[in-house]
Amino acid sequence: MIGTALFTLLSHWRRHPGQFAMLVLGLALATALWSGVQAINAQARAAYATAAATLGQDRLDRLQSPDGRPVPLAEYVALRRAGYLVSPVISGELRAGDARLRLLGIDPLTAPPEANTPTLGDAGLDLTGFFTAPGLLLMTQDTATAALPPDLPPIRVTDTIPPGAALADIGTASRLLGQSDPSYLLVAPVQPAHLPLLATATTLQRVAPEQRADPAQLTDSFHLNLTAFGLLAFAVGLFIVHAAIGLAFEQRRATIRTLRALGLPLRSLLTAFGLELAVLGLVSGLAGLILGYAIAAALMPGVAGTLRGLYGADLPGTLSFDPAWAGAALVMTLAGVAIAAAQAMGRTARLPILATARPEAWGQASARLMRGQAMVAVVLLAASGALALWGGALITGFGAVACLFLGAALLLPVTLTALLRLAQRRARGPLGEWLLADTRQQMPGLSLALMALLLALSANIGVSTMVGSFRATFVGWLDQRLVAELYVTAPTPAEAARLHAYLAPRTDAVLPVVWADATLAGRPGAVYGQADHATFRDHWPLIAALPDAWDRLATGDGVLINEQLARFARLSPGDALTIAPGVSLPILGVYSDYGNPQAQAIVTLDRFAAIHPDIAPTRFALRIAPDRAAGLASILRDDFGLPADAVINQTQIKRFSVDVFDQTFQITGALNLLTLGVAGFALLTGLVTLADMRLAQLAPVWALGITRARLARFEWARSLILAGLTFALALPVGLALAWMLLAVINVQAFGWRLPMQVFPIDAARLLGLALIAATLAAALPALRLARISPSRLLKVFAHEA
Amino acid sequence: MKPSLYAALLWLIAGQATAQGFAGLGTEAAGFSIPQSPAIFDFPADHGPHPGYRIEWWYLTASLTGPDGTDYGAQWTLFRSALAPHDAQGWDGSQLWMGHAGLTTPDRHFSAERLARGGIGQAGVTAEPFAAWIDDWAMTSTAPAGADALDALRVTARGDGFAHDLALTTTGPLIFHGQAGYSVKSAQGQASYYYSQPFYSLSGTITLNDGVIPVTGTAWLDREWSSQPLSETQDGWDWVSLQFDDGARLMGFTLRDRAAPSFTAATWIAPDGQSQSYRDGALSMTPLAQSRVAGRDVPTTWRIELPDRALDVTASAINPHSWMDVSVPYWEGPVRVTGTHPGRGYLEMTGYE
Repeated sequence: MIGTALFTLLSHWRRHPGQFAMLVLGLALATALWSGVQAINAQARAAYATAAATLGQDRLDRLQSPDGRPVPLAEYVALRRAGYLVSPVISGELRAGDARLRLLGIDPLTAPPEANTPTLGDAGLDLTGFFTAPGLLLMTQDTATAALPPDLPPIRVTDTIPPGAALADIGTASRLLGQSDPSYLLVAPVQPAHLPLLATATTLQRVAPEQRADPAQLTDSFHLNLTAFGLLAFAVGLFIVHAAIGLAFEQRRATIRTLRALGLPLRSLLTAFGLELAVLGLVSGLAGLILGYAIAAALMPGVAGTLRGLYGADLPGTLSFDPAWAGAALVMTLAGVAIAAAQAMGRTARLPILATARPEAWGQASARLMRGQAMVAVVLLAASGALALWGGALITGFGAVACLFLGAALLLPVTLTALLRLAQRRARGPLGEWLLADTRQQMPGLSLALMALLLALSANIGVSTMVGSFRATFVGWLDQRLVAELYVTAPTPAEAARLHAYLAPRTDAVLPVVWADATLAGRPGAVYGQADHATFRDHWPLIAALPDAWDRLATGDGVLINEQLARFARLSPGDALTIAPGVSLPILGVYSDYGNPQAQAIVTLDRFAAIHPDIAPTRFALRIAPDRAAGLASILRDDFGLPADAVINQTQIKRFSVDVFDQTFQITGALNLLTLGVAGFALLTGLVTLADMRLAQLAPVWALGITRARLARFEWARSLILAGLTFALALPVGLALAWMLLAVINVQAFGWRLPMQVFPIDAARLLGLALIAATLAAALPALRLARISPSRLLKVFAHEA
Repeated sequence: MKPSLYAALLWLIAGQATAQGFAGLGTEAAGFSIPQSPAIFDFPADHGPHPGYRIEWWYLTASLTGPDGTDYGAQWTLFRSALAPHDAQGWDGSQLWMGHAGLTTPDRHFSAERLARGGIGQAGVTAEPFAAWIDDWAMTSTAPAGADALDALRVTARGDGFAHDLALTTTGPLIFHGQAGYSVKSAQGQASYYYSQPFYSLSGTITLNDGVIPVTGTAWLDREWSSQPLSETQDGWDWVSLQFDDGARLMGFTLRDRAAPSFTAATWIAPDGQSQSYRDGALSMTPLAQSRVAGRDVPTTWRIELPDRALDVTASAINPHSWMDVSVPYWEGPVRVTGTHPGRGYLEMTGYE
């Protein structure tokens, strides 16, 4: 019996292929965006895990020089000869043009088992080849097919190496990188008994895995952002599905009543309904998965670029397929269908068998319901404000955004109705008045679609305002801060001294840059030594400072810290900061330091030398007349033999930084546009749904002599009015969102706050897009109305009779 | 299961008992020197490494006695394995080094392994002054000027749960096996250079978790190098070095062959240092009892016969579980000898799967 019922229910879709397409497409879109974002996140997390597990980095301590320079080979051998189980790693980057390859040279002879040296493919490995010149490079297929520097040793493909990296014998890495001293030493967790503590045997710094910056932690906020976008898209998609299922329910009232009258038990009917939805959910979910995979694959290179630029986290630029991901996405889709269909199912269950089959205007909201909605909305908006102002965590930041969205969406129908009522009072002529009254009448049916549009529009405004503000601030900051004409790096301290002597008479100023890793307020970070020079005094913007901060800094009597450190550790000028064991200095000022995920503190060169007497500067910022910069750069490269990337001019750094920035937000732009597309589609489904039901309202107007073409134009105008009004409401919501992103979420996620700027041209462009979306959405129902056969309109009266 | 790089590496320098012979010792020797007869030695240089040959070892076994009469055994070994028949400094060195240390008590056995590459100073051997080392393990000559470098040695090693520090002295001569140090290993003629210093007496300490124990005893040092000492079908060997109570010594081994009868060789060493080598077939080694060790059956009691010397003895493991749990595992431990020539010694068995 259920089979027959199911067949009867399904026949509806055969008669309404457009509706069927709408339902499937809505579900597929919702699934696609959600699953696409999830696929990207999963891929990224897998990449972090691989990277973290490489050489047991997630478990093994390291010994490294406090200044980040290599560990002298003799020191490594001395530690081994003293009995300590340490293993050397030479790591570095090979670059040629755009091609880059991170090289990890290991010594498998001494690597602790925890280092988990990678597994080899079935092709096997010629081990003599691995150990003897020219050596072998192990890398993933993706890395091997990407642009690589020239003249590499033979490559073997294996799957457990982080993307963009190659694993080689330490001898091979030493040859390729021209470095024989280990970059750091891995420390076996268990050392031989009866040995003095390792700390007493070496001055090298021992760093535990948790003290090192973990890309998974750093990138958390980025992925949370993506997830939020995915959920938003999913919610918008569900509006479409809800509209489609609601419409199908209305149109099948007669069928349902007949089936029940013929003796079909309610339980069987609901089972048939459920089966139908499950089948539809599965089919659309699968379509959505394919689409989602395509979206993710298209966005992946951009995401990889972003994460590399922002956090230095390496990701493969291509996507792999994970069945668990697909399963999770399908479950999500089915759950979404269940939520979207709950209302229709509930009504079916309550439908009296003998009630008339006449479709009532669907979803007529009573004034009381509206008032209830408005009250909930106000509470949500208040909660949003409270969370934003007093939340103080990333998750409460997102909570504030969620409350803002939900509150604004719920408030939308109430506000629109009020606005339309207001407009109606001022309307001239009966037609205008009818148009506005009729629009208001449609509100309940369209409110869900309009909410979706509101969300998409305000997300768009908010995110683009955030990105625009960020970009403007960032570029301005780069201009201010990158004032030196040339930046030069010497390969060794001895070379650096020679370079300094050479440069001093040939430039206006040689400003050494020297730094050491440090733990600042419990976080991994770096302490910089900086010369006292007008270059810094004039150009480094301090966002908070004590009086005479620069003068006091010059006396060695304090530190400047970056905004990230100030915010994370809740430090402000006047507080004390410990920058080395036993060295605590007052904080004189806070500078902005966009794009740097780590804590940073600046002291004078003298103070730095007192703390780290063994670290000599190898990097210099040079002040020189801009027209002489290029000449000096080529002299340094050609005559001084510095590698090309050791001499960088200001323009190069700026271009690189801005490129990284733009790539970072490419994905945001793409997701914005996709969400808007989905919202436009939701509007279309809403309008189509209403179109069939509204004949009863349109027929009298037609009978009064208004042509079908004119009625169609009214339909179109109504859609534009609603879209325009929604946009007007989306504008403040979007700006509120932008404020939350800049002042709450950015601060929590990245540690910096940005001044908000408004971009009216972008907003105007978005209004245009919204109107285009509304036009497109209204086009199909309007066209159908223009071409409707008069007999159908006449039938409306016949049925009344 | 895919081999990890780590395991695969060990496969390379040591191999496994496969078609390639135990420890990869049956593989081709392209570019490497091959031992020639007659053997001509040049000391002290030949105490040092021979990079032109593929494999080489400095192999010390010691039978020890504690203050309460308890038997102990100690092992200190440094293997050299060359990837190419030359040496180089820095990371480009083509010499790989593997150290094994063992310590046996009647009821416990400890083993440890260290790996290193040559060229950076982490491991190596120098002939003058003689020193062999890997990490903090060392075998260093303490011989007075003019004496053979191997006449006095200090040997130290440390592993998980044990350590030993032994001072060795001898006045006996070096003993050359086979044809004056040219030791044939199969009927096809594979051979190695092989000499020993079997006359050490020693004193020193061993350290276990429960404390330091002073020990005295005897020790035997083997020096051997070659490029392809096993034939392809030889899977492993059983080797003994025995010190009899009357002061005589015996070195004997059986190379087990999948495709042919076992190949045996022996050297009889009189108390005065006179030695006589025996060709294939003169010595017979017969397993008398097996022990279940590390999941395999290993013969830990042997009947050893050398009819030419009217020798018929039984060698029994002091601890049947003297299993060297290293990347290429094998059995190595002290034995008690009973029969026509009572005494003690060391037993090594490889290639038991």
